[in-house]
Amino acid sequence: MQFGLSEEQVLLQDNVNRFLDDHASLNAVRDYAAGGEDAALWQGLTELGVSGLLISEDAGGVAMNALDAAIVAEALGYHAAPGPFLGSAVMAPTALQLADPTNTLLAELASGTTRIGIAFNEAIGRRAGAAVEVSGGNINGKSLFAFDSEADAYLVADAHQHLYLISANAPGLSRTHLTTIDKTRRTVELTYTNAQATLVSNNPSVFFQTLDIGRIMLAADTLGAAQNMLDQAVAYAKQREQFNRPIGSFQAVKHMCAEMAAQLEPCRAMVWFAAHATNELPDEARLTACHTKAHLSEVGKFVAKTATEVHGGMGFTDLLGLHYWFKRCGSNRQWLGSPELTREEAAAIQGLI
Amino acid sequence: MDLSFGPEYEEFRQTVRSFIAEHGEKSPRNAALRSPEALQWQKMLIENGYTARTIPKEYGGYGGTPNMLHSRIIAEEFADARLNPGLGGQGISMLVPTLLEVGTQAQKEQFIKPTINGEMIWCQGYSEPGAGSDLASLTTSAVLDGDEWIINGQKIWTSTAQLADWIFCLVRTEPDAPKHRGISFLLFEMSTPGIEVRPLIDMTGAANFNEVFFTDVRVPKQQIVAQRGEGWAVANAVLSHERDSLGNPNATLLRLNALIELMKTETVGGNRLIDHPVYRDRLMQLQGRVMAMRFNDLRILSSRLNKDQDARLARMIVKLQGTELRHDLEGMAIDIMGEVGLSYEDNPYTRSGGSWQNQYMYFLGLIIGGGTSQIQKNIISERGLDLPREPKIEKSA
Repeated sequence: MQFGLSEEQVLLQDNVNRFLDDHASLNAVRDYAAGGEDAALWQGLTELGVSGLLISEDAGGVAMNALDAAIVAEALGYHAAPGPFLGSAVMAPTALQLADPTNTLLAELASGTTRIGIAFNEAIGRRAGAAVEVSGGNINGKSLFAFDSEADAYLVADAHQHLYLISANAPGLSRTHLTTIDKTRRTVELTYTNAQATLVSNNPSVFFQTLDIGRIMLAADTLGAAQNMLDQAVAYAKQREQFNRPIGSFQAVKHMCAEMAAQLEPCRAMVWFAAHATNELPDEARLTACHTKAHLSEVGKFVAKTATEVHGGMGFTDLLGLHYWFKRCGSNRQWLGSPELTREEAAAIQGLI
Repeated sequence: MDLSFGPEYEEFRQTVRSFIAEHGEKSPRNAALRSPEALQWQKMLIENGYTARTIPKEYGGYGGTPNMLHSRIIAEEFADARLNPGLGGQGISMLVPTLLEVGTQAQKEQFIKPTINGEMIWCQGYSEPGAGSDLASLTTSAVLDGDEWIINGQKIWTSTAQLADWIFCLVRTEPDAPKHRGISFLLFEMSTPGIEVRPLIDMTGAANFNEVFFTDVRVPKQQIVAQRGEGWAVANAVLSHERDSLGNPNATLLRLNALIELMKTETVGGNRLIDHPVYRDRLMQLQGRVMAMRFNDLRILSSRLNKDQDARLARMIVKLQGTELRHDLEGMAIDIMGEVGLSYEDNPYTRSGGSWQNQYMYFLGLIIGGGTSQIQKNIISERGLDLPREPKIEKSA
């Protein structure tokens, strides 16, 4: 019995973190937020094997598993790093591989030459006036908050849990930037007017496996982001002095830090288990994914608020940049199902509804 | 990641299951201490290695090699079959490990066997009215007079004192030494003249604890564990065991499942509680928290087993998170029952024998006992996160 990361996984974690320390510093995140590009960063991650993490060796990937991907997601969250990881390296390869392991797009994803984004809003929480309709190979309607803005193609989910692929250059597709609070990732609105879409899968199981692994990655991203905020809060509480003492020696402040640690630490085991279940425990995978997404969202929200408070007025400023992680936790919470929605799904999975 | 225990352990699990199938019906239900059924069951469990498993044969144990997975499998299987896992109590869980570590040969021979057999019941004399979170400031004194200690003072929060044969007790023997170095660990009989036990009725309505008063209690000199002044270190070695046992996520899972059953059967206004979306969401929030603590527990088990990762913080937070979670869970059952949730004792509308109300209150007690939540947060922040300690205030003369 061994519950935790293997030596290889710790190595992967160290490698990705070291790379991101150098290439996704707070300054780099600020540059991206101000309109910069993420292509070089993604290229570097591709060279580390991140883009082909879940893709078979036959298709040029490194055939690792969901736990390896969660480790990378955690590191990306820790650095609030931009990049198309969620769609291009996790959800798109999962769907394409389940539907047809020989799909040539897999090799393009693995090599980083193609980026595939995700447009799941119709299947998760359709808004008025934004329905997606597919008929006879043509797609009409709108997807809100598709991710990311630079994708070469999008994996679109409709209300029937069917998955389609649509090229970003397809005639009839237009793409408009949607500003959100989270400037470390760019979302777009996709408008379809008789655009050509290819069916990837009409099997709900493919849809759910794709959705669930995406949710686990968002939970892992929150784990990393919240851990970073806690680390920053603890470091600040040790160094900042008031009343001739480090503020971290006041119980009011140290208890805030303890509460963050107490809530966050079990989340690590939860993310590991959920990722492991994706590959190894199919009976538990769906329920665990829903709960992990919801629970990490709640803990992430608590840590984001509390860590900001520990910093006092400085936490509220742009100077420290703490708000990038605060907002990252915020968007992870809403993407692919808010906590209330995923908990309701968890109840349904157990037959409680 | 590998969650299987391996084939040799699955074989062991089968052995445990066969024992349960054959003897499970002899498990005493709610057996009182010292009842013949409980003692008989205890004897059978020791003979088969299902309790007192690693205690050497010479002291009346089974004499097995320590193996965490064996212990885990036994605990899991007994819990699944809802069998009595054998006797617990502070004598077995706290004193016996202490004696095995630092007791003299004579002490081991005298005390361990009758304690694990359930024939010798112990209580723990640690807390005092003036020494709660700051336990090391305790003032119960023991003064050597020839071959005897003379003990004066008062203890509080002493569970099972009214039933106990013996007490293991922290007393101040070196009043001039620094507070942590002036304490000794004594053992004495509760029937010794000068001991008075008064039950302390708590908010549940029961007397789960007592106050114990000592007036010139005379105790033979050799009934000390380790040396004079080493009592604090001796007590601390086992206190961490106590904290580890509070807030066990597997017990919480059983309560969560009972809550789900309650919500499926109980109706308000003709609707099952589980069909109420607000209640259902609260249930799912709890289920997520229980899940996180169960996985945290697996991580701790694995780190102890393989010594391959640092799960120190994961261990430190268990008492705080586990007791708060359990209190929230019990409280939710009360909330969703409305007025029926107030029913207690002989009220005919009581559900589950009043256990929701009782446990809701009892776990508030556990949030406070065994190191309060606030002390836990000091420990987590100072030892886990390395935050500075609060400046000490010197006692004015």
